[in-house]
Amino acid sequence: MYAYIIRRLIATIPIMAIVAVFVFMLLHLSPGDPAAIIAGDFATEEQIIKIREQLGLNDPLYIQFGSWLVNLLQGDMGQSIYSGLPVTKLIGQRLEPTLMLTLCTMLIAITLAIPLGVIAAWKVGTWIDRMVMTLAVFGFSVPVFVIGYLLILGGSRTLGWFPVQGYTSILESVPGFLSHIALPALTLGAVYMALIARMTRATMLEVLNEDYVRTAYAKGLATRKVLVKHALKNAMVPISTTIGLGVALLIGGVVVTESVFAIPGLGRLTVDAVLRTDYPVIQGVILVFSFTYVLLNLLIDLSYVLFDPRIRY
Amino acid sequence: MAATAPANAESVLKIVPHADLRNVDPIWTTAYITRNHGYLVFDTLFALDENLEVQPQMAAGHAVSEDGLTYTITLRDGLTFHDGSAVTAEDVVASLKRWGARDGMGQKLMGVTASLEAADDKTVVLTLSESYGLVLQSLGKISSNVPFIMPKRLAETDPNAQVEEIIGSGPFKFVADEWQPGNQVVYEKFEEYVPREEPASYAAGGKVAKVDRVEWRYIPDAATASQALLAGEVDYYEQPAVDLLPMIQSDPSIKVETVDPLGTQGVIRFNFKYPPFDNKKARQAAMWAVQQADYMYSIMGDPAYFEEFCGAYFMCGGPYETDIGSEALREKDIEKAKALLAESGYDGREVLILDPTDIPVAHGQSLVTAQALREIGMNVKLVAMDWATMTSRRAVREAPEDGGWNIFPTWWLAADQLNPVTNISVAASGGNAWFGWPENQKIEDLRNAFAKETDAAKQMEIIEELQAELYDFVPYIPTGQYYQPTAFRDNVNGVLEAPVPFFWNISVE
Repeated sequence: MYAYIIRRLIATIPIMAIVAVFVFMLLHLSPGDPAAIIAGDFATEEQIIKIREQLGLNDPLYIQFGSWLVNLLQGDMGQSIYSGLPVTKLIGQRLEPTLMLTLCTMLIAITLAIPLGVIAAWKVGTWIDRMVMTLAVFGFSVPVFVIGYLLILGGSRTLGWFPVQGYTSILESVPGFLSHIALPALTLGAVYMALIARMTRATMLEVLNEDYVRTAYAKGLATRKVLVKHALKNAMVPISTTIGLGVALLIGGVVVTESVFAIPGLGRLTVDAVLRTDYPVIQGVILVFSFTYVLLNLLIDLSYVLFDPRIRY
Repeated sequence: MAATAPANAESVLKIVPHADLRNVDPIWTTAYITRNHGYLVFDTLFALDENLEVQPQMAAGHAVSEDGLTYTITLRDGLTFHDGSAVTAEDVVASLKRWGARDGMGQKLMGVTASLEAADDKTVVLTLSESYGLVLQSLGKISSNVPFIMPKRLAETDPNAQVEEIIGSGPFKFVADEWQPGNQVVYEKFEEYVPREEPASYAAGGKVAKVDRVEWRYIPDAATASQALLAGEVDYYEQPAVDLLPMIQSDPSIKVETVDPLGTQGVIRFNFKYPPFDNKKARQAAMWAVQQADYMYSIMGDPAYFEEFCGAYFMCGGPYETDIGSEALREKDIEKAKALLAESGYDGREVLILDPTDIPVAHGQSLVTAQALREIGMNVKLVAMDWATMTSRRAVREAPEDGGWNIFPTWWLAADQLNPVTNISVAASGGNAWFGWPENQKIEDLRNAFAKETDAAKQMEIIEELQAELYDFVPYIPTGQYYQPTAFRDNVNGVLEAPVPFFWNISVE
């Protein structure tokens, strides 16, 4: 198993290299000139050229890529073209909110969606099943920002329970953190919950028709035990795959959720950087996201061992 | 990490600014948000007051030699930088030189400057090579780039690179550790700042910091920012979206005011290098085809926030307002426009209008222009893009079909458009002119004559002649004058009326 983990970790290197080349090329070949934006409306062409020189944007692409890569290998992601701050610092400032938002969302989604999916499968065809599936369709279909606005209207403005926007670090104040993270996590969680609940229901339905489930019932086991110990455990492999793949969905949703709730996270950093063609920041953020995604998939693969002893690495 | 005030802070003013502060050097960039930041941190030698007259700010006073060529400026007492060092004439000279290398008006001033030197610690001597009418107007320039004064060690930075540190001598200190681009900017009151005795008036007068801390919270989503204001999470929202105003105004604890009395001018710019708008008649045709009200309703909606009509290239309400020559803009005459277009020899070729859809003010102007030009029979293509892409596309000098353009929309604050020197969209020096590159010697001669003229009445005569020529030549269509409302809670007092949002003089209960 350790050999497998090491093999997989080594395999991330070519993946990250491909991501790096792809991101770099995509950015530099798309329109938009940061020097023109910085120079502003009053600038002469000569000034724009000088700024471009200062930023090293006039060098051939392979030189720009080479120096970026050399720095990257030394842990230096470069500096933001606009603020001049190191990209690692910018990402560091933004990591906690995004990480906590994603974790809280996953926590809420998994603890709510899996039981809902199991119940829907168990009570298939009843009003409970239909209600859970209606909610899932709602969560899947309504855009993230609409859910966000609705929650702000209800939770913040009407009830006054939660702040409208912003973020408080968990290290600073736990109640402050919880009140700030609740609505964004619910907003972001809606689509994720829908996905997991539907997947759980579908897989559970399949498993519940297996012979061994009938046997379990026949030998007199309690329903709860059959559902959780026999059926759900066998259904968990595809469900955990969905949870892992759904993180990609979360990363997309983080961008919107962070904008709606003005959370200073990586999603907002990405959008702002893209809108201003701040190359080093975009490259840095995408690398971090890709690495997280690759790592998460490895964890998901490893988790299969827990659910299915037949799987060995 | 998060935006909480230290326990000993007595008062905090929380602001939602109009944009994110991404760069902090107000000489390096012309972005309005960086200019606003500059006013908190830096001070200026001279400053414009509400009568649009230049007053001394860091200067105690100045003397002009009899021939009008030598300006001797004395610094007032008690000027201190945030690092504790005293402000000297050397700092001023270095700062003005760096500004003069970047700013358009600064470059003009440096062009007629024989020498700029520090005579002693408190005296700056500016000697001109020829007479020039805009010395004080340049040094007291209110909008980007503002000639802010920095310590010499920072002002010696290459004008095309950013300064490494933000140290000014203004009423607030920039807290670098708490700056999070895309989220927040924090300023603390500078206790050693000595404000002038006079009351605050535009950028002039006493800049009294009445709060201990100013926090800018960037909230990109307009609906969220409005809700944050309504919930009392922020005190001041610089540029609320006009369509959300009814919701904001429904709360009696919110005041909505147009803080900038001069407003903003919408601009539709032509490309002079390529047909059809290389021909004057085609540009005149476009002007007869549009009317300002269409633009203003499209971008502002509520007539409370725009002028019914403003025919002045140099803004209504400004010192150089006149409506000479503005008939084409006042009336919409499709038949006349069609006739002019035919005279221009328009051959039905495609006209590319750049359309930055992420900026409502620009997007609205593109749509209205496209509709009007189609009405007179032009073959219009709207090219949708984001603002960042447009800023580089408009710099492309190739033909429209090779990645260039025919028309792009933008806007300028009145503070930039008030006279023919700062209003760079009337400049017509060909290849060196602003994007679009118009060439017209008469306009350039009149702009230079204006700059050199020291008599106000004669300056106005030049303006009238210039404006008549502008309406004939049409360097751009002024699509109207509008006023951006600002919203703040009723615990905020002392908001100054000015073309730039200033945060001194404001107290929070």
